[in-house]
Amino acid sequence: MAIGLPHYLTVAAILFTLGTLGIFLNRKNVIVILMSVELILLAVNINFVAFSVFLGNITGQIFALFVLTVAAAEAAIGLAILVVFYRNRGSIAVEDINAMKG
Amino acid sequence: MSLAALFFYLFAGVAVASAFMVIASRNPVHSVLFLILTFVNASGLFILIGAEYLAMLLVVVYVGAVAVLFLFVVMMLDVDFVELRQGFLQYLPVGALVGLVFLAELVLVLGSWTFGTGVTGAVASTAAPGVSNAVQIGRVLYTDYIYFFQAAGFILLVAMIGAIVLTLRHKENVKRQSIPVQNARSKATAIDVVKVPSGKGL
Repeated sequence: MAIGLPHYLTVAAILFTLGTLGIFLNRKNVIVILMSVELILLAVNINFVAFSVFLGNITGQIFALFVLTVAAAEAAIGLAILVVFYRNRGSIAVEDINAMKG
Repeated sequence: MSLAALFFYLFAGVAVASAFMVIASRNPVHSVLFLILTFVNASGLFILIGAEYLAMLLVVVYVGAVAVLFLFVVMMLDVDFVELRQGFLQYLPVGALVGLVFLAELVLVLGSWTFGTGVTGAVASTAAPGVSNAVQIGRVLYTDYIYFFQAAGFILLVAMIGAIVLTLRHKENVKRQSIPVQNARSKATAIDVVKVPSGKGL
């Protein structure tokens, strides 16, 4: 059976589900939540690239490149906020992040 | 089974397994290392599908920069990760339920989905034969998407400045070099001439 678009979409769907599951399961650890967000963005990128290749249109790969850019920026800012929060509170548990009472 | 299919299942299997280990691993350092493995295998999938440029970008940006950033933060924060694991099983039933429902929905959509008639024709094919993937991306990225490209650069610049500003702290009680103060010193302020009486000392 030749490898086609559905195979790649299935892999992306499984990775996306694992990412959401990671957010649900690691309710206390912000670092793992950030890693789960990276997994979700990776799944989205796989979808973009798969559609781009199988439709023969390069735009999907351009968009995946921009998603990659935003993901890198998000990781940098998120980890910087995490470091500052750890300095102030001495903890990175999610339930301690309630200073803004959101 | 052809070689391409074999490698697809290898990359996909390892990617999914290591993604599972990212969320299930007890030690966050192991999580980061499994995240790196996931990204490497995803870039293998990209190479397999013919998107070499994005595959290399994934290795350089994610494995080289983002994952190492995660590794540094995980190792530098002195956190009791065992305590953070408490309540993991408490959320397992609802998490597994949500995950299963979500996956079932996605599989149902995938199973019954096909391209609409005329969609593949409506999307203009930009693939030129005999032109490599990076050249194709460059032809489009620096012409049609040049403003988006510049905006992406600005986003990275803002992220860099933001990360520096957030984590920079000015410690008190640390001696620092101040060049204006050094330059402003004169003979009058720098030297103190003391008249010592002979035979007495200070």
